[in-house]
Amino acid sequence: MQLQSRFERPVRAVGYLLLAAMVVNLYLIFFFAPEERSMGQIQKIFYFHVPCAWVSFLAFFVVFVYSIAYLWKKERRYDLIAHSAGEIGVVFATLVLITGPIWARPVWNTWWEWSPRLTLFLVLWFIFVAYLMLRGFVEDKEKAARFSAVFGIVGFLDVPIVYLSIRLWRDIHPSPVVREGGLAPDMWVAFGFSLFTFTLLFIYLLYLRVQLQKSEVALSDLKRQLVY
Amino acid sequence: MTLYRKVAAILWKDLLSEFRTKEMIFSMLVFSLMVTVIFNFSFPPGSEFIDDALPGILWMTFVFASLLGMNRTFVYEVDKGCLQGLMLAPMSRSAIYISKLLVNFVFIMLVELTMLPFFSIFFHLDLLGIIWPLLLVVACSTLGFAIIGTLFAAITVNTRTREVMLPILHFPVAIPIIIGAVQATAALLQGQGWDAVWGWLRMIIAFDIIFLVVSLLTFEYIIEE
Repeated sequence: MQLQSRFERPVRAVGYLLLAAMVVNLYLIFFFAPEERSMGQIQKIFYFHVPCAWVSFLAFFVVFVYSIAYLWKKERRYDLIAHSAGEIGVVFATLVLITGPIWARPVWNTWWEWSPRLTLFLVLWFIFVAYLMLRGFVEDKEKAARFSAVFGIVGFLDVPIVYLSIRLWRDIHPSPVVREGGLAPDMWVAFGFSLFTFTLLFIYLLYLRVQLQKSEVALSDLKRQLVY
Repeated sequence: MTLYRKVAAILWKDLLSEFRTKEMIFSMLVFSLMVTVIFNFSFPPGSEFIDDALPGILWMTFVFASLLGMNRTFVYEVDKGCLQGLMLAPMSRSAIYISKLLVNFVFIMLVELTMLPFFSIFFHLDLLGIIWPLLLVVACSTLGFAIIGTLFAAITVNTRTREVMLPILHFPVAIPIIIGAVQATAALLQGQGWDAVWGWLRMIIAFDIIFLVVSLLTFEYIIEE
């Protein structure tokens, strides 16, 4: 109990900061940033879509780094961080895969296009969904940690090769390439702030999730002590 | 004993026990044949489209068959407690991994080599003219499948749903190999030059090297007790 309350105040402060940042972010996106000329309002989704993609890449990178750290040092803490980052990464990758088609429907006139980036993201999503499933299917916690660390490393290293292979594949079958034009300066402000807000959200969620995992571990340890 | 002798010993043990029962090879072969026939039904008779889809059919058959085989890599070892024996033997974990990788590679290659004539007959293909480059593509791609398949099989043998889990882990990671193998085969079948094939083969070989190194580094963490 003592331990919990020591952390509570700064965490709550970060939470309020995040709330404020989100309000400012919404203001910047919907009132400050100019409306895009050809796409109109639908372009606003860009300020959510790209930061989500950034956060999921960041999260998967955290999985990769802490998976290596876990195999190296065998500390429970590293595994909890990798696991939590994996979960958050999948949530944000799912958001990317949802917001993308919503934007693509009016702009590209199709929900889905097998462009390199879309395909890459779908594969990335599959890899890390498999990563989470693997954890669920192994009974022994310590084994689950080792296995998913190995898979997390392999999965992350696979990403550039997948991207390379998909790009080569699309080069052979060219499809209409949609290029984003340059952003207006005010758009950059909104976009930059949105990136900052989402990164803060990621750190906040990661921290909360790791604390929750720690409580779960402590609880199951307590239960075991009481039973035996 | 040198690493080579240790690997050869395990390889020989596995090949011997397989050739006594012939369980895996036969199930993989019959399965591949059936998949080929079923794919054939997914096109209207006499369809021109099938020529474009052939490399895909060929590789889907190989991928499914190889997963069927690789699922069994460690099943006997774990269920009969042989893995403990292997781990007690005075050799590095890498020797276990390399020998299991070679076992899988040999089995899958055997099935693929047997299947190629059947493909040639079923789909009216002249494979003899392109047989050497085709075999190179098949061998490099199969090696890639086996490299990550052997690593993941050591993981999934410990999970509750063994047979389901391996494809779920394997498919997304193997996508570069699948794309590369299908495209290289298509280039060969369409009579494109070596440059087109090499572009893909290069990527497959890079995949093989990267994941062989990663697997050798991480395998010991999977089977430690």
